[in-house]
Amino acid sequence: MNNHEPLIHIAKRDGMVWWRAWLVRLAAAIAALLVCALFIYGLTKLNPVKVYAAMWQGAFGSARRSWITVRDATILLCIGVGLAPAFMMRFWNVGAEGQVLMGGCATAAVLIYAGRALSTPMLLLIGGAASIAAGVLWGVIPAIFKARWNTNETLFTLMMNYIAIQITCFLVAKWENPKGSNSVGIINQQTQAGWFPAIFGQQYMMNVIIVLALTVGMYLYLKYTKHGYEISVVGESENTARYAGISVKRVIIRTMALSGAVCGLSGFVAVAGASHTISTSTAGGRGFTAIIVAWMAKFNTFVMILIAFLLVFLEKGAIQIASQFKLNDYASEVVTGIILFFLLGSEFFIQYTVHFRSHGHKKEVQA
Amino acid sequence: MAEEFAVRMVDITKTFGQVKANHKVYLELKKGEILSLLGENGSGKTTLMNMLSGIYFPDEGQIYIDGREVTIASPHDAYKLGIGMVHQHFKLVDVLTAAENIELGLPGGAVVDRKAVGRKVREICDRYGFSVDPDKKVYDMSVSEKQTLEIVKTLYRGANILILDEPTAVLTPQETEKLFAVMRNMRNDGKSIIIITHKLNEVLAISDRVTVLRKGEYIGDMDTAKADARALTDMMVGRTVTLNIQRDEPVQPQRRLEIRNLTVKDAEGVVRLDDVNLDVYAGEILGIAGISGCGQKELLEAIAGLQPTVSGSSVKYRPTGPDGPAEELVGQDPRSIAEKGVRLAFVPEDRLGMGLVASMTLVGNMMLKEYRSGKSPLVDRKHPHDMAQQIVQELEVVTPSIDTPVRKLSGGNVQKVLVGREIAMTPSVLMTAYAVRGLDINTSYTIYNLLNEQKRRGVAVIYVGEDLDVLLQLCDRIAVLCGGRLNGVLDGRTATKEEVGYHMTALQNDRKEAGA
Repeated sequence: MNNHEPLIHIAKRDGMVWWRAWLVRLAAAIAALLVCALFIYGLTKLNPVKVYAAMWQGAFGSARRSWITVRDATILLCIGVGLAPAFMMRFWNVGAEGQVLMGGCATAAVLIYAGRALSTPMLLLIGGAASIAAGVLWGVIPAIFKARWNTNETLFTLMMNYIAIQITCFLVAKWENPKGSNSVGIINQQTQAGWFPAIFGQQYMMNVIIVLALTVGMYLYLKYTKHGYEISVVGESENTARYAGISVKRVIIRTMALSGAVCGLSGFVAVAGASHTISTSTAGGRGFTAIIVAWMAKFNTFVMILIAFLLVFLEKGAIQIASQFKLNDYASEVVTGIILFFLLGSEFFIQYTVHFRSHGHKKEVQA
Repeated sequence: MAEEFAVRMVDITKTFGQVKANHKVYLELKKGEILSLLGENGSGKTTLMNMLSGIYFPDEGQIYIDGREVTIASPHDAYKLGIGMVHQHFKLVDVLTAAENIELGLPGGAVVDRKAVGRKVREICDRYGFSVDPDKKVYDMSVSEKQTLEIVKTLYRGANILILDEPTAVLTPQETEKLFAVMRNMRNDGKSIIIITHKLNEVLAISDRVTVLRKGEYIGDMDTAKADARALTDMMVGRTVTLNIQRDEPVQPQRRLEIRNLTVKDAEGVVRLDDVNLDVYAGEILGIAGISGCGQKELLEAIAGLQPTVSGSSVKYRPTGPDGPAEELVGQDPRSIAEKGVRLAFVPEDRLGMGLVASMTLVGNMMLKEYRSGKSPLVDRKHPHDMAQQIVQELEVVTPSIDTPVRKLSGGNVQKVLVGREIAMTPSVLMTAYAVRGLDINTSYTIYNLLNEQKRRGVAVIYVGEDLDVLLQLCDRIAVLCGGRLNGVLDGRTATKEEVGYHMTALQNDRKEAGA
């Protein structure tokens, strides 16, 4: 009989105490920085410490840069928060991109058509409501099809993105300003009607307040409400949910309405609170990046804050080193890639242990 | 001299972990005969055949094909030896045609010569009396067509020894007749066939010889011509074992559930439960016996509101006895049943996939049925927390804490958590499906005691079981299901094991009304 012990044996852990898990992650981050240092030095002969310093400069080098980082991180966080309930239900909503765009388009429409007639608070109220409605619509359509006919939600939400992108392109052409620029330009540039007002003198403070409120609210919703409990049960096993008398269809539709609403609201924050314009780059792939945010945080919205900041920090840092050291864009992307690889890879060592074959006794390799 | 036996399996042993699925099993199949492999669930029939078809590898023992000792390490080896198995669950690709499925996995280029395949398929069909359309997609096929395709597939690959795993379970009586006709044709053509079954009438109708297994052991074989249903049942179920399970006389049993004309069809339109009429009394344990897949699951799920029923079906719930008010359960879902005040507890067969949420903690699972109570939008964790602590203490659940996910508990402890939760709702009807499956003796007795306690409290207990010894010593009455039909209700105190076994396997012509 075949009694050969395999060279590597992977076993699932029973669980790891939280502080050890974070030690593993910290170790992974340090290892990533070391590997990046080798890479940077080997290829460019630059001092890695200087490069890391430049990355920090890029993200937090000045008050303005810090606020830009905060602005971008909050929008990414907001989308991640929107995805959390859907993913917790094991509903693979990869349609955040489209839901954000639809929310953005709805906001832009309010700002453009009602910008002269209404006051800013009214514009914000109506713009916010419109963005929620648009996001809900984009989220609920695939949910209804899933609930009634068990269609594949991954494909469905993905394709809804392309419809949203085409609608956005159409609207950009319609609202083009000035003519021939192929862009909408800054909406209400003179009046600033419908823009987020500065709070405590900070232009992006309102973004932070709205998104943090959503983050806390979603955390409480998922953890402490009956709806949140139902989402967990449906995500784990539809059979159990039916057994417990939960209407699976209703939970799917309700949860996707919520997910779409928050993603739509992200579009509102992005348009009225940040760019004050609308284009396909209003979402700019963040609907997909947010999937990483949601998953790395295991749907814990507080951990998402950390992840969102990390990702935006890496992005800003990469841009900075690219321009400061005249590096190719790709070089900085490699740095980002290495860091993410190590951080995501460390989760493997948190979930599993690796045993190597040895003579006589088994050696255990702990990460 | 030509070898008499197509297959000989000698002293075959196979263990899975602690369980001996086969222990020194012996089987011989003569050339050109149809052999029935008979046994209850879990008697090791399918395990034995999986070793012949290369899916499992025996721990001990020898296999001889045509008198030559062989090693069958993979399905490919089996196929080279001319052994083909048709599994209970078909292994076909839905979106491909019949011809493509037949061709799949065979050596050859990327291009399928449809004409050649079609010609050969038609040849096989004409020879044995099958009808298969080579260009039909599998998803357009009925269950019986799929089965035919599976058989043709094995023949196409040159099988001389065919194994059919419970082929009639999915067929109508007419389709079964057709299948038997082609089986006879194949036999007359020199093929050797093993049919796994637990239906006695089919054993007698189709096979030349029968081999009986019980609890993984070889019991014996005999020529079908000399066998009768009684003798085979005795071999199949064995002697009664005394278990000393406590059984009190029911105190003032009152009719609590009236099941009338209950019929269930599955998604494919196959009748799973056929016009069942049964009464369930408060203060008694009603056992449900039957070969697995004879409608037990459908019966319980239909009562619980989890199974769509055919119109005309009725389950009336009478909380205060036969003359009191009645609540119709058919047509309601579990939630509305609960909201009507029907305290219906249900321990389903699939504990972690239906009764519990595997990744949730004990506390989280306690909430499953009561989280809705109260007007607050927030869940109350205080009560489930106390409840979990109480169940852990009273039922001696072994767990690191009540905040441990239930999937990390052992099977017995999982079941204690589930039964404990269901009993904590102070039910008026308690339904359990295979409540002691996989549990050790001590835990099993804990469960029996819990059920008896509920019976004393005046709960109507339904116990779906597979171990006849337990059924006969725990239950007051035993309703036997056979092929989705109620095949008699026996008195648990006077019935014999053979009687129950006989009702499980041989459908009676006169269908008795229950509780009459």
